[in-house]
Amino acid sequence: MRATLISLAYLFAAGCFVLALKWLSHPTTARRGVKIGEIGMAVAIVATLFQAEIVEYQWILLALVLGTALGVPLGLLVPMTAVPQRTALSHSFGALAAGLVGTAEYYLQQPDLSKTTMVALGLEVVLGFLTFTGSLMAAGKLQGIVMDRPWVYRGQNIVNLSILVSALVLVGILVADPGNAVLFPIIIVLSLIYGVMLVIRIGGADMPTVISLLNSFAGLSASMMGFVLDNKLLIVAGALDGASGLILSIIMCKAMNRSFANVLFGGFGAEDKTAGAVETRPVRSVDPEETSFLLDAARSVIVVPGYGMAAAQAQHKVRELCDALMKRGVDVKYAIHPVAGRMPGHMNVLLAEANVPYDQLYDLDSINSEFPQTDIVLVVGANDVVNPAARTDQASPIYGMPILDADQAASVIVVKRSMRSGFAGVDNELFYLDKSQMLFGDAKTVIGQVIDELSKLPAREVATV
Amino acid sequence: MSEVLESSLFIFVLASFLGYAVITRVPGLLHTPLMSLTNALSAISLVGSLILAGAGEGTLATVLGSIAVFCAMTNVVSGFLITDRMLKMFKRREAPKKRADEEVTAR
Repeated sequence: MRATLISLAYLFAAGCFVLALKWLSHPTTARRGVKIGEIGMAVAIVATLFQAEIVEYQWILLALVLGTALGVPLGLLVPMTAVPQRTALSHSFGALAAGLVGTAEYYLQQPDLSKTTMVALGLEVVLGFLTFTGSLMAAGKLQGIVMDRPWVYRGQNIVNLSILVSALVLVGILVADPGNAVLFPIIIVLSLIYGVMLVIRIGGADMPTVISLLNSFAGLSASMMGFVLDNKLLIVAGALDGASGLILSIIMCKAMNRSFANVLFGGFGAEDKTAGAVETRPVRSVDPEETSFLLDAARSVIVVPGYGMAAAQAQHKVRELCDALMKRGVDVKYAIHPVAGRMPGHMNVLLAEANVPYDQLYDLDSINSEFPQTDIVLVVGANDVVNPAARTDQASPIYGMPILDADQAASVIVVKRSMRSGFAGVDNELFYLDKSQMLFGDAKTVIGQVIDELSKLPAREVATV
Repeated sequence: MSEVLESSLFIFVLASFLGYAVITRVPGLLHTPLMSLTNALSAISLVGSLILAGAGEGTLATVLGSIAVFCAMTNVVSGFLITDRMLKMFKRREAPKKRADEEVTAR
């Protein structure tokens, strides 16, 4: 009777989780999704505490209290710019939990593990531990603790691959002979090393893809745990997480016109910058006052924000500027490239935090047809995502990547700290076009100046149309 | 193939397809909250950790289980909190301006 009730509670929770993701398909229902997810989670936890196997509660309670104590600040105090790090950290936590449970299950059950259970357990442990260290590395890179530039050496792929293959071969041996307990710690160590090696070679531009991929691994690891423990709820939740991570990785790869293999083995962004070839072509620069005239005279403006805007903490100033322009009757939209920011969708969150209404945020597909009818594109801290070389220059490393067609607008104003190139280390043709002008300086400061200049201008008569 | 494994595989494959179908409908706008929410949901591994930590099957199981409970619980709490915090910020324009209608149809 008790077992049946618990199973029904798990079924209920699984239903809640699916609904939670379904309601996340629109901003108006999304918060309801979080609520139902929380309900499902609470029901599942309470049901589990009634499991007949659980005989002692002191350690559980302690761990739950400590977990809550760390979870509350991680959930409430982390700034939105640091959400990618937090996400990577939580992938590593989730994966560690799966890895540890797998380890304990192995030592409890060996040598009486069936072949299929051992396969699932092996995958759980390998995925769990490699995701643990991989995600820690990713979090470290995002936080700037570990160097952001990829670390690449000759023969790296062979070394990495042989580490992974060795771990999997050892799992294979354990499947044949589960009692060979000496091998188990070696599998753990190899997986931990592989996680570090996997992420150490990956540069900042690929972080969105890598985070998504690690997300998928963490989910699969949890799902494998469900196989080992014969817990259907775990299988479902893990599969949902795995699918989500996989979908996001594919979207990220498409957004950069790269394959998985290329991200994992390519060392993108590791090439030397074209050494010595200092760009000498002239660019036109513009000052804040002139910028305010130009913007005030425009009918339509599209803002293209990049991570540079968030790094300069300029999103609030950008929103203020756009509000001022809209009051003057200018039509303002934001164009968000899928890889803007450090994780999928990051830029949308940063702009939402700055009180930009989400119906002003447009994705690549819906905005690209509008650039030719646009008077001014204001590029703030973005670079590679507006580089026309992706369309035209077959030799460029970013060739084929879908970009925002900023160069098709009547004119372009680029807010930039200096002429330094973007993540990809590629020079940007857009900056040298006749229609382009550079507004040099710290984004937060110069946009503040543009707002001041704009407020000195007389009100536009069209504002009330 | 054992019956248990068969039904588990069945569920795994169907859940993956269901996940694919549901998640492809989540707009790019909400991909960050999506990731933090699925993260919180997959911390349901808490269920396995709890049993391990509480079953009294020796020191190793209890210690590893308790650490796993701690990790998973951190993800549950922080994942739900930060997802809700993010979603709270997504707002529509208060008073739709003159071009609002056009824009909606243009999207």
